[in-house]
Amino acid sequence: MFEYADAAVEAAIAAGARYADARVMDRRHESMAARNGEIEGLNQEQSVGIGVRALIGSGWGFASTADLGADAARRAGAEAAAIARASASVPGADLELTPVEVRQDHWANEVVEDPLAVPLAEKGDMLVTVTRTMREHGADTANAGYDIWDTTKWLASSEGHRIDQHIVECGAHMDATANGETETQRRSYPGIRGQYGTRGWELVRELDLPGNAARIAEEARALLTAPECQSHDAIDLIIGSEQMALQIHESVGHAVELDRILGWEAAFAGTSWLDLAQLGSLRFGSNLMNVTADATLPGALGSFGYDDEGTPAHPVDIVKDGMWVGVLSGRDSAALAGIAESGGAVRGDGYNRLPMVRMTNVGLLPGDSSLEDMIAATEDGILVDTNRSWSIDDKRLNFQFGCEIGWEIKNGKRGRMIKNPTYTGIGPRFWQSLDMLGNESEWTFWGTPNCGKGQPGQIGHTGHPSVPCRFRGVRVGVRG
Amino acid sequence: MSAPMDVCERVLELVDAGAEAEVRVTTGAEALTRFATGFIHQNVADEVRQVHLRVAVDGRVAEATTNQVGSDALGQLVRSALDAAALQPPDPGWPGLAPIAEAPAVDHWDDATANADPSARAERVGAFVNAADGLETAGFCSTEGMHVAFANSAGQRLTGRTTSAQLDGIARTGTSDGSERAASVRLADLDGAAAGAEANRRAREAADAADLEPGSYEVVLSPSCVVNVLSFLAIYGFNARAVEEGRSFTRIGEAQFDESVSLADDVAHPLAAGIGFDAEGTPKRRVELVNDGVTSGLVHDRRTAKALGAESTGHAVPGGGAFGALPANLVLDGGTATPDELVASVRRGLLVTDFWYTRVLDPRTIVVTGLTRNGVWLVEDGRIVRPVTNLRFTQSFVDALGPGAVKGVGADQALIGGATFGFGSYVVPSLHLAAWNFTGGAKG
Repeated sequence: MFEYADAAVEAAIAAGARYADARVMDRRHESMAARNGEIEGLNQEQSVGIGVRALIGSGWGFASTADLGADAARRAGAEAAAIARASASVPGADLELTPVEVRQDHWANEVVEDPLAVPLAEKGDMLVTVTRTMREHGADTANAGYDIWDTTKWLASSEGHRIDQHIVECGAHMDATANGETETQRRSYPGIRGQYGTRGWELVRELDLPGNAARIAEEARALLTAPECQSHDAIDLIIGSEQMALQIHESVGHAVELDRILGWEAAFAGTSWLDLAQLGSLRFGSNLMNVTADATLPGALGSFGYDDEGTPAHPVDIVKDGMWVGVLSGRDSAALAGIAESGGAVRGDGYNRLPMVRMTNVGLLPGDSSLEDMIAATEDGILVDTNRSWSIDDKRLNFQFGCEIGWEIKNGKRGRMIKNPTYTGIGPRFWQSLDMLGNESEWTFWGTPNCGKGQPGQIGHTGHPSVPCRFRGVRVGVRG
Repeated sequence: MSAPMDVCERVLELVDAGAEAEVRVTTGAEALTRFATGFIHQNVADEVRQVHLRVAVDGRVAEATTNQVGSDALGQLVRSALDAAALQPPDPGWPGLAPIAEAPAVDHWDDATANADPSARAERVGAFVNAADGLETAGFCSTEGMHVAFANSAGQRLTGRTTSAQLDGIARTGTSDGSERAASVRLADLDGAAAGAEANRRAREAADAADLEPGSYEVVLSPSCVVNVLSFLAIYGFNARAVEEGRSFTRIGEAQFDESVSLADDVAHPLAAGIGFDAEGTPKRRVELVNDGVTSGLVHDRRTAKALGAESTGHAVPGGGAFGALPANLVLDGGTATPDELVASVRRGLLVTDFWYTRVLDPRTIVVTGLTRNGVWLVEDGRIVRPVTNLRFTQSFVDALGPGAVKGVGADQALIGGATFGFGSYVVPSLHLAAWNFTGGAKG
């Protein structure tokens, strides 16, 4: 496949590009869904093609084709350069690229059990079983499903990169919905988006969907008669690790994307409240807050060997002892911001999408407390978990999140289950109220398989290591 | 490549005679020119090609998709689907294939848009940037031309095509953003200079905004905001799947909306984009969802139609079997008031340009939280008093349009592309609503 990538790069350079790279990608995706004890959908998808990126002046041109062959690749390369040239009609300052070591390499993630080799019947039986179980235990609607992605990609650049990678990702999800007279309540497992990683089917077996189906169905039913989460202007809030993953993703991960900070996403995804002039001197959170972007974590969904610009995966400090110290970047954005090297965070969704800054594994490093410690240390508080809704402003500052389930905490003990918990806050103010952090035994590499960004839209796979946390004085129970 | 219908026929020939099969082939080109901080920074073009096959063997259903059209690839596509189907349990909800039926004669197509080159998009971007009169700008201009062919083993054969073009941008003062957007089947309809000038005006008029105490306010919502509201009603309410599962607020025959609300899904509307049939090969019907405030219809795919004893209305979406049916061409009837007249009728309220990051808290009552964006102004006694900073709201979208809640409907019906969750394009006017529940300032 490198021959096609080479042909595309050579054509782009011949057409005037000062830099070009090309990715051939072959991606297979298998998904199955069951509802109420019946299989409702099984889809197997394969997409193969080449995408070429050419830089002329201040702008990228990108062209892709599903036709694999040297001629088609050369056409795509020439078209990418022609598009880049059109970009120059509305110009900015020339884009530069930070230097990166040119490598020829192969990388693949570890897979114990090839998920595509697991018999469809076995996978289907699992989904049928868990949805039947949920129905038998109180769910009016029970859904379950899994997704498998098997991606091989070959990168070549005009600087000499030749890198091929084979990345296998999979995971599963299920949810139970109970209907009341005027409301519905839902419980999901392992989380609202399921759980995904760069692992084989062993991940799905470890999730143990069958062992949790009855519980979540019963919880969904019980939520219908549970008391409503009361409104509090300021109360101690303990957040489980699944919801914390969402909290990190939305209020830290997106905020530290350098393309947003530079204004490149201003009209759509938005900008960031963070100002580069304060990098290294701004307090983001309490001293307990340590966040890294680390694409080297084995099995996490945002892991890889090299990003789509050929930058080797490496850990990047984002927040250290509460201070903002790093960003998610690529070669062009880092150069523009005066940062010495790319953070290796550029990826494209398939062969036909322009690679852009995406989260890798952006997560909290663990502390030395535990969920039980937090409950025991809380006189009057709320415990919430499992994301249900999420909304945050275009600067990634003001958020309001809802969870599927909560519990009152009174005098150090977990009390009544409550429904419809929501909480709201302002990013840095909220993170500075962090005063207890779960330990390494509670550290979970949550995977988000559906992070949307870019125009045309791209879906990113991101990882979020997280632990339970306690925050002080949070506004809870916002009502419509 | 071969003509899309030829590919459909080749795939059907490869499927065993005993299997039910449907094939959908989508081909075309999509291109998008993106600008930020005043220059084009991303500029992309993609040749679209997808072959989707669904088979049912004795009620055992499987799907497969490829973007390759060689004989080997198509053979593999068919084998994958048939092999997978053989391993599945029978699907009792399988509704069978769409019967032979003609699709409505819609042809939302423009050759110049389908063949637009990067310079045509860049020209509009340049005009937008220049019209912003020195303000920083960001946004995109896109063009798309798609051909869809559908064939099934029950004899249904349909082809359709559609083009679309969008221009969407903001101008920025440093303390405020102002937006403008336009969409059409024809790129030639998009005026970059006019859009840039409007974004420039809004940004400057929104500058140096001051905070406003949260609470319940009258609102005048732009068509962009109205699209956002209708998207939620479509997904959580008028989707027959939501009704089947007991999750929908809809009660057919009841006056659940203000009498000024009449809402339909109509791909044949002159301002609409899209093709005349759905992912299952069912012709799209015009469906009246709300008639003078009375909830009057739902959209169905074949599965929900079977489950509820109805007929499919032609609103199946690709890959959406588990999600249900969605109206992709909503049309909200316009009124007689200009946007200025809507503002003039406000006693004390807010004029809102855009909503942002709206997410549902309660799917039954469609309580949604989100924020304002790209310009909000306080209106008192019919006059714009001052810009205000962005606000967070938590509001039932059903209640917002309920009986007595709509105080005015604009005459400014416009096509808004890329509805909130990326499906379809809606034709909607501005609305003046009696109350909207703002629950906090964006700064906390």
